[in-house]
Amino acid sequence: MLPAVSACLLGFRYSRAATVASPCGGHHYVTAPSAKPPQPQAGDVTEKILNQPLEKADFFRVAELFSLKDLFDARVHLGHKKGCRHRLMEPYLYGCRLDHDIINLDQTMEHLQLALNFTAHIAYRGGIILFVSRRRQFGHLVETTAKDCGEYAHTRYWQGGLLTNANIQYGPGVRLPDLIIFLSTLNNVFQQHVGIRDAAKMNIPTVGVVDSNCNPSLVTYPVPGNDDTPAAVELYCRLFKMTINRAKDRRKQMELIHGLSAPTSQIS
Amino acid sequence: MALYFTPLVSRLSGCHRGNFTRNCGSCYRACTLDFTSVLSQGASRSGDGSTSQTDRWLGDRDRGRLVLRGASVTSPAAARRPAASSGQPSQQARSLWQQLPRQLPPRTSPLSAKMAASCVRTVGSFLGKCMTCSSSINTVATQVLLSRQVCVSSALCRKNLAAAGPEKFTLEYIQKQVEEYEIGKRHLANMMGEDPENFTQEDIDRSITYLFPSGLFEKTARPLMKHPDEIFPKQRAVQWGADGRPFHFLFYTGKQSYYSLMHDLYGKILKIEKHQDRLRAKGLFSQDAQLISLGPSRWLTKEELELLLVETISTHDYDRFIKLMEHMLCMPYSSTEEEFVQRYRRLLEAQSLKQLVPLLEKDENGVAFSTAEGRRKTSDSSVILRDCGSGHITVNGQDYLQYFPVLQDREQLMFPLQFMGVLGRFNLECKVSGGGRSSQAGALRLAISRALLSFLSEGDGEAMRQAGLLTPDPRVRERKKPGQEGARRKFTWKKR
Repeated sequence: MLPAVSACLLGFRYSRAATVASPCGGHHYVTAPSAKPPQPQAGDVTEKILNQPLEKADFFRVAELFSLKDLFDARVHLGHKKGCRHRLMEPYLYGCRLDHDIINLDQTMEHLQLALNFTAHIAYRGGIILFVSRRRQFGHLVETTAKDCGEYAHTRYWQGGLLTNANIQYGPGVRLPDLIIFLSTLNNVFQQHVGIRDAAKMNIPTVGVVDSNCNPSLVTYPVPGNDDTPAAVELYCRLFKMTINRAKDRRKQMELIHGLSAPTSQIS
Repeated sequence: MALYFTPLVSRLSGCHRGNFTRNCGSCYRACTLDFTSVLSQGASRSGDGSTSQTDRWLGDRDRGRLVLRGASVTSPAAARRPAASSGQPSQQARSLWQQLPRQLPPRTSPLSAKMAASCVRTVGSFLGKCMTCSSSINTVATQVLLSRQVCVSSALCRKNLAAAGPEKFTLEYIQKQVEEYEIGKRHLANMMGEDPENFTQEDIDRSITYLFPSGLFEKTARPLMKHPDEIFPKQRAVQWGADGRPFHFLFYTGKQSYYSLMHDLYGKILKIEKHQDRLRAKGLFSQDAQLISLGPSRWLTKEELELLLVETISTHDYDRFIKLMEHMLCMPYSSTEEEFVQRYRRLLEAQSLKQLVPLLEKDENGVAFSTAEGRRKTSDSSVILRDCGSGHITVNGQDYLQYFPVLQDREQLMFPLQFMGVLGRFNLECKVSGGGRSSQAGALRLAISRALLSFLSEGDGEAMRQAGLLTPDPRVRERKKPGQEGARRKFTWKKR
């Protein structure tokens, strides 16, 4: 499923050029040739359901969920001190005031929109989303958020082979997460969380809230912002929960509209 | 062959590989035998030699099943045992195999039959402990008659036993076992001439002890027939649905039950704290209100918790769980979560309830008396305690001063009475035999304490138990071992 998704999204980005170059009738098949469902009608309907959100930029209207003022009120712009600054975070910083780094909220807005949009698309297609955070303060909150969305959470000690050795850890035939959301990319000893590297190894896209002392390089959709303040983390949890629920409700709606009798989560 | 099963018989008939733990080193512990195969062993073994070993077992297993012992115990030592013992016999078995020609003529010639028979016998006698490959060599040997060329070496058959972990059983397999158990139960009832519908587990146990009398001392090694749920350890079903999505939201942590328990516990603590804040806002908060009262109970042990969660947890995890529970107990207004907490506590049985109190009788003169017995080392004693008020003590017809000239022994006699403060009240008539003077005194002391129980209240009885008066002393003389001078003393060590 995952290669299909990534190919699909890449296809989405490049499909404009593709259709201009080689017009191929009504449908443009952006997905990699995956196994088609047996009945042609159900297959067409499923394809329509899956491709329709890709035609618009912000199909799920995630930009309406938050505003710059909300981010400011939740103190998302507050970074760590100058001495903790990570070199690769410098492009995302607005400036430094009295030795405190200030994160550029305009950039945060864009990145957060991209991240939420991506999450919504993944949730729409019935992907498995894993929330990860190693901060003890917010562990319970993150787990509750995941439970409310119907997704999964991991706020505990990360055992070495959870992603890379999954068949032995969990059992053969396990399905890995399709998206990992890091509410904090650092672990308890202020090093980069192992999950970021493992997800990159297993070709799993990641969304991560990167603070001014974090390394944003391996994260697919970094969101520069504060990960220490309770208000900020509550805001992120609320936003992710709302997007995922919205996307899932939308999927149910689309299935009802297009007359699929059993609205089970069809995996593309 | 014999109809009863001995370890040798069960090994020779070939154990099914999949049905027992890999330490089928003590094969009598973990074989499965079919009723029909047990009753007609010779016929079945000689009859279908053409099928492979596993096929033959599957073919026989269409009736009831007798499970000797479940695959519940796998210890590292036991897992190593087959490997350790395989050196000598397997080499000999291999050399036997190498002696045999690779391809024998299809008809059974007297020479090949004799060789094969000798193979079977010698293989059977060599195998001290059962091995997976031994059984395959055995069946291969019988199949040599039909020119089946199978090359087997113990090195190939030996698996890395420790790495595979505890044996896993599929759901279908367990279901099949359950069906076979039910059918076997009905067969057994018919065999015993009883009603198949109302055949209880006690009846099954009785029938099995009747049909398969075993002289083995180890009770768990005797034949048993129990429901597969009691034999096979509880295992987790597959944790995800048809679409691959796991059922539990903490599945990806690896320890979902334990972490979800911690999550719920923390949620309850937060709820209590919110409740406290609300009361504080109203001004009704008080420090010592509504603490949970637990009574005589203890926390679940780590093993019990593991059973409850169907998951292994480390001692560290267990300690954290207990600490968090204790933290919750100390909070005021925690009594709302009492039901949740009680789920993880077990009642302590008062040990004194288990004491058998001897009967208080009255003799012809209306004097209350009680009788009790006691043992220590090799001495046996019995005491009659009479509530006369005089304080006379007779041992084996003699006065106690004459029988026990040493003060220490008399003190042992007196101690129970002195502890309860009833020194002059009772008359003791004691009989004692065996042992030496100290052990006789100890036996008498135990008998007196037990007899005294019937005259005392519950609390006094508990006090006696805590003083150690009612505990029989388990120490007996340790045997002398060969190569040593005594039980522990070794011979003098000489450097050269």
